[in-house]
Amino acid sequence: MEKLFSLGFNRRSVLGLAAAAPLLAATRSAVAADSLGFGELYGKYSVLGLEFSEKVKKLAGRQVAIRGFMAPPLKAEAAFFVLTEVPMALCPFCSSDADWPDNIIVVYLDEKQTFTQPSQTIEVRGKLEFGSWTDPETGFVSLLRLRQAEYGTV
Amino acid sequence: MRKIFAALVVSTVLAGAAQAATVYPLDRATILTASPFDFKVEFNSVVKPEDVKITVNGQDYKTVLGKEVQFVAEEKNKDKVLGSAVILRGLTIATAGDYKVEVSAGSETKSVTWNVYGTGAAPKAKNVIFFLGDGLSVAHRTAARIMSKGMTEGKANGRLNLDDIPPAAFIGTSATNAVATDSANTMSAYMTGHKTAVNAIGVYADRTPDSLDDPKVETIAEALRRQTGKSIGIVATSEVEDATPAAVVSHTRNRNDKADVVGMLLDAKPDVVLGGGSAYFLPQATAGSKRKDDKDYIKLFKDAGYSVATDKAELAANINANGLLLGLFHPGNMDVTLDREFLKKGTVDKYPNQPGLVDMTKVALDRLSKDQDGFFLMVEGSSIDKMSHPLDWDRAVIDTIEFDKAIGLAREFQKTNPDTLIVVTGDHTHGVSIIGTVDDEKPGTEMREKVGTYAEAGFPNYKDENGDGYPDKIDVTRRLFLNANNGPDHYETFRPKMEGPFVPAIQNEKKEYVANEQYKNVPGAVFVQGNIPKSGDSGVHSVDDVLLQATGPGAEGFKGYMEQSDVYKVLADALALGSKQTN
Repeated sequence: MEKLFSLGFNRRSVLGLAAAAPLLAATRSAVAADSLGFGELYGKYSVLGLEFSEKVKKLAGRQVAIRGFMAPPLKAEAAFFVLTEVPMALCPFCSSDADWPDNIIVVYLDEKQTFTQPSQTIEVRGKLEFGSWTDPETGFVSLLRLRQAEYGTV
Repeated sequence: MRKIFAALVVSTVLAGAAQAATVYPLDRATILTASPFDFKVEFNSVVKPEDVKITVNGQDYKTVLGKEVQFVAEEKNKDKVLGSAVILRGLTIATAGDYKVEVSAGSETKSVTWNVYGTGAAPKAKNVIFFLGDGLSVAHRTAARIMSKGMTEGKANGRLNLDDIPPAAFIGTSATNAVATDSANTMSAYMTGHKTAVNAIGVYADRTPDSLDDPKVETIAEALRRQTGKSIGIVATSEVEDATPAAVVSHTRNRNDKADVVGMLLDAKPDVVLGGGSAYFLPQATAGSKRKDDKDYIKLFKDAGYSVATDKAELAANINANGLLLGLFHPGNMDVTLDREFLKKGTVDKYPNQPGLVDMTKVALDRLSKDQDGFFLMVEGSSIDKMSHPLDWDRAVIDTIEFDKAIGLAREFQKTNPDTLIVVTGDHTHGVSIIGTVDDEKPGTEMREKVGTYAEAGFPNYKDENGDGYPDKIDVTRRLFLNANNGPDHYETFRPKMEGPFVPAIQNEKKEYVANEQYKNVPGAVFVQGNIPKSGDSGVHSVDDVLLQATGPGAEGFKGYMEQSDVYKVLADALALGSKQTN
C-alpha cells in the first residue's frame, strides 16, 4: 500500500491508456501525498452529527491520495464530481440528488479530465479540505473536498 | 404535416377557442365537511378579471362559498406566461352534498362536481392504528409466512399476525396524472381523502414551478387537531420526513422538499415521532447535515417540549414517560432488520444501537394510549419498499416479518382495547412474485439450472429453531426464488446478498443505469437485460391493486373495490371527524 502512494500520475498517460492496468508505474510525482481511506474520514458517527477523524484534521490543507469510484457528474458543466467508497446508484431509492451517503468526497479538478466508467477504481490526489461548504453554482453541500485535484485509474 | 398541425394548435390557443380551464379540487373530488381546502382555477390564457364567472350549484360562488377569490393576472414558469388564475385558500363547506362548480372566462369553461360528505356524530373507534407496508405486495406476505413459519405438504406451518386480519377491500392506487404511482400521492390519498399527482403530498399539483404554493387539502393530523383531542403518532423505519410519514402532516408538490417537511412536522407537533432522518434536522454547519440553512430542528423540537431519543436505550427509557417524543435513530433511512439484527451489514457498524419497528411501535402504543381521548398511530414498514426497489427480496421479506411483528403488538393492544380500529395495507405494489426455489444441491455449476419450478421446486429448508419468528439463516441450501417482472440491467446471483443491500445497477457518464459489475463474478450469476428505460435505477412500483385488511370498530366501512382516497372517508367516519369532539 505504502509503495503505491509513492508513485505518481501522468495525466497524459492516464487519458491515453485508460484501460492499461499497470499505468501508475508510469512516472513519479513531484509531490508526495498521504493516503486516506474511506474508513478514516470520521472519528465518531452520531445521529446528531459526525466528527471528523484526527487524521482528516491533521491532513487538512495537505496533498492526500484517496481511492474510490467516480459518481456521474451532477450536471455536465459542474466543476466537480463526487468520489464514493463503492460504485453507486445515484440515490438508489428516490429521484432526488440530495440523498448521498455521508462518506462522500467532492473532488474539484485542477484541469478538466475525462470521466471514467462507474465501476472503475480511481485514485484521486488533491489538497484536502473539511467542513461544510456549499458549491455556489450548484448549491451542492459537501463536508470533505479535494481541491486542485487530478486522478488516474488504478 | 407536423408543422402545419403545430401551427393550427398555436392559432387555436391564441384565438382562445373553446378550451378547458383546470379546477382544483378536480372533478369527482370527495371533501370532508368543514375541512379547509384551497380552491384554484387555472386558465390556459390571460383573461380579464371581470370575465371570470364562477357559479356553485347555479348560484354566484360567493353566496355558497362565502369568500372571494383572488385573481392572478399571469402565472409564469420562468419567462413563459401560463395564463391567469383565481385562488381561494382555506375554503370550507359545512353542509354535505354535491356541489357543481362551473367556471368560465372568455371561451374557457370547466365544470366539476365535488361530493362533500359528513360523518356520524359519534366516533365508532377511540383509537386507529394504521399499518402501512410500503410497497407491500402479495408475494411479500407469502414469502414472509413461508420463511417465518415454514410449510409442510403444501400447508403453512403457522400463521402471520396479518393472516388473521380479514381482507376488506382492493385499493386502486393510481395518481391523478398517471396510472402508475408512488409513495407520496398514495399515502396522501389515504391521509387526506384526495388523490393527487406522483410526488405530491397534501396538495393538488398545480402548474406553477413553486412546489410549496399548490392548492392544499387537509391532512388527517390537521383534522384530528381541529375536531378531537386525540394524540398522534408517526413511526417509520425510513427518514421521518420521507413521503409516507410526511403524508400524515405535510403539504408539498415535491416529496423531496424534506427540509421543509421537517418544519411541517414541527408545526403539526405529533405526540410521538420515531424513525430515521436526523440529517434534515441538523443545521448545515454540523457535519452530516443535509439542510441548506442554519436551522437546528433538534433544538427547535426540544424548545417545543419534545424529549429526544437517539438510540435503543434512550427509546426504552422513554416507554412510560409523558410528553412529546422525537426519536431519530439514523441520519438517513434506518438499517433493515436483516442487517440490524443478523448480518451487521449496511451502516450497522456506524449506528449499532438502532431500535427496530417493533421496539418503536411498543413505545408509541404505550405513550399514546395514555390519552383519554384516544389516538391515531401510523406505523410504516418502510423498507419493504426500499429493499424491493433494488430487488433485494430477502431484505424486503425479513422486513415484512418485522412489520408483521409490529402488527402483533397492535393486535394484543386491541384485545384489551376493543375500541381500536386496526388497518393493514400497502400504499402501492411491486412487480414481484415467488416462482419456486433455488436449490444449491441440484447438480452442476449453472445457478439457473438450480431454479426449481413446479414439482421441482419442492419446499425451502429455512429453520427457526430459536423461535424468534425469523429464519435462523437466510442463505439456506434451498430457498425461495423471488423475481421482479421489471428492472434495470443487472446480474441475477440467485443468492441472498450477505455483504449488504443489493445495488443492481449503477449510473454511467451518460446517466444511464448499467449492470453493477460488482456481482458479475459471483459464481453462476447471469446477466438480466433491463426492460425499463435506462434512466431507471431499480425495479419500479406496479399498478396492481393493493389489498387492505381491517379489524375493529369501523372496519365494516371497507368493502369491494375502493379508490385509495375513499379509505380516508372510512377513517374519518370511524373517528367522526365531521363532528367537533372538543370544547
